[in-house]
Amino acid sequence: MKIHEYQAKEIFASVGIPVPPGEVASDPGTAEAIAVRYNKPVMVKSQVLVGGRGKAGGVKYAESPEAARVLATKILGMDIKGETVNKVLITEAVDILSESYVGIILDRATQRPVIMVSPAGGVDIEEVAAKTPEKIHKLAVDPVVGLKLFQARDLAYTLYRDIGQVRKCADILMKLYEAFWKVDASLVEINPLITTPGGDVLAIDAKVNIDDNALFRQKEVEAMRDLDAEEASEVKAREADLSYVKLDGYIGCCVNGAGLAMATMDLVKRYGGDPANFLDIGGSSNPQKVVTAMSIILTDPNVRAVLINIFGGITRCDDVATGIVQAFEEFKPTVPVVVRLTGTNEKEGQKILASCKLPSADTLDEAVKKAIELAGNAA
Amino acid sequence: MAIFINKKTKLLVQGITGRDGSFHAEQMKKYGTDVVGGVTPGKGGTKVAGIPVFNTVSEAVKATKANTSVIYVPPPFAADAILEAADAGIKLIVCVTEGVPANDMMKVVPFVKERGARLIGPNCPGLISTDMSKVGILPGNIVKKGSVGVVSRSGTLTYEAIWALTLAGMGQTTCIGIGGDQVIGTNFIDVLDAFQNDKATKGIVMIGEIGGSDEEMAARFIQKNVTKPVVAFIAGQAAPPGKRMGHAGAIISGGSGTAADKIKALNKVGIAVAGSPTEIPGLLKEAMKKASAKADKKAVKKSATQVKKSDKKVKKTDKKDKKSTKKATTSKAKKR
Repeated sequence: MKIHEYQAKEIFASVGIPVPPGEVASDPGTAEAIAVRYNKPVMVKSQVLVGGRGKAGGVKYAESPEAARVLATKILGMDIKGETVNKVLITEAVDILSESYVGIILDRATQRPVIMVSPAGGVDIEEVAAKTPEKIHKLAVDPVVGLKLFQARDLAYTLYRDIGQVRKCADILMKLYEAFWKVDASLVEINPLITTPGGDVLAIDAKVNIDDNALFRQKEVEAMRDLDAEEASEVKAREADLSYVKLDGYIGCCVNGAGLAMATMDLVKRYGGDPANFLDIGGSSNPQKVVTAMSIILTDPNVRAVLINIFGGITRCDDVATGIVQAFEEFKPTVPVVVRLTGTNEKEGQKILASCKLPSADTLDEAVKKAIELAGNAA
Repeated sequence: MAIFINKKTKLLVQGITGRDGSFHAEQMKKYGTDVVGGVTPGKGGTKVAGIPVFNTVSEAVKATKANTSVIYVPPPFAADAILEAADAGIKLIVCVTEGVPANDMMKVVPFVKERGARLIGPNCPGLISTDMSKVGILPGNIVKKGSVGVVSRSGTLTYEAIWALTLAGMGQTTCIGIGGDQVIGTNFIDVLDAFQNDKATKGIVMIGEIGGSDEEMAARFIQKNVTKPVVAFIAGQAAPPGKRMGHAGAIISGGSGTAADKIKALNKVGIAVAGSPTEIPGLLKEAMKKASAKADKKAVKKSATQVKKSDKKVKKTDKKDKKSTKKATTSKAKKR
């Protein structure tokens, strides 16, 4: 799960990472009022979950409260890579002497949290990694022992020479590591971490991604979810405990298992079709899940045929079949639906389905081809 | 022969009184797995499908001499269940549970290793050694005894591939799903190594997906260490970047982890990648034919060139030695 910069900064502040004061506004008047209160030049920063907002004109400097209002008017409602700006963060502008990058990610290769620091801050770190990898210093932390102060200091010395700044940075790294575990993050990032002419070290941007698997114990963080920034159908699917990703094609896919769901999409492309979505109804099967899945797929106006592909394991074919029959009674779909059902309790499932008289197929390839063919007829 | 599980496997089912646990305990028993007990705290003394239930893993191990455990407990308790099994001396732990926090697993995996145990999963379908033992949720009716080893990051996609092999008359030794999460106990390389050392396995099918670089690392490992023919399939070619495709680990991030990159890495070391799971048997047959033809040729040539070859080998190891000493000195210098 992704959260906004202002929310990430709240998390940082809760562990004691220094961030400049800031408040959120959803209308220009409030933006101006905040700037008046600070009585200083401010930054007006769009709050969106996608990257690259600076380049898109979503981050601006305002000399006066009046300017803050004008800029907020411009930025609120702006479209940044398909996401509408509903909120701006008004934060005190600070003088910047140097910009660095510090971040912690869950590294799959080492299966450890890896701390990355780079003196090349304020730019896209993936670009730095590609062009000048020598400018990035990494440390894989032993998760059992945790990050130790000497390690944090070692990393801080790659960024600063002044011992005061080294100490401040090491302290920030320790706290960032604490935040990583505290909120079950898969990524915490400060880009840039800046120094001021007065010698302070501050986090002026913040990014935190949360591990979806840990949300059951991160209620406070989950409450930060911005439903407006997400596809409505994806929100509905998540509430029903389905994995769904909307795509641009016209073959609706309803599959059990993420790997098979991906492979089904791949085959739709391979045989000349275009998948409308990724949808995994998940393991432990419950007929109601299939009903919800079908309602989500059938609501997509681009869908011209639905392909249901089930290979039963922990999912039982009879449960799925019951759900399909129920969905048919409830929604009476007008687009063709192709069903391929095999694996655990396959015979029982086929029996239940017999009443629907659906076009069926024995193999995955056959089912995919049939769905594409029928979608063509429907167009 | 097979890998990881066989007729000597004595299995415990953690979470045996739940809906999935009880259903699959019975399925495993039906397949012929020696299911010796179940564990659910608070339900000790009861029975599920004739299988005795215990309150703790250590109690169950004492009573049953179990050496393997499979976990069906809900995500908030799964990490603890793995630790409990490892602590009780279980040597093979299979965690089926999906949705275990990655931060939990980062601490669990080193603990399990330290106890000398192997963890498979989490978020995996488990494994079957054909006609011997089944641990997990793979349907037993799709496999057939034979000489192909199957390893996959997925569940149902694995069934698809196994079923295609079975229909083509190509039976399997062991089929194993290693799990779709970011932090897992057993990776491709561990399984490839085990298949390479298993005499009964003559060919290997590897099923990967987008996200991470395990497939790329597996490709390098195969090039160096695996002499048996390998055929692959990679799921997620149609997946958009930045979106998690169901599995916690299936995400293209920052342009890395794409299906195209993985296919390229595999092709580069001579591994054929199937365009559809149904193409796997054909490609594997071809690869196995080529491999046996090569082996025949080698056998003929061997007698003629034996002397020369062994000479070369000596030279090669010499070079290697020099290289490694060089590396050692440079790393020392850096530390100073």
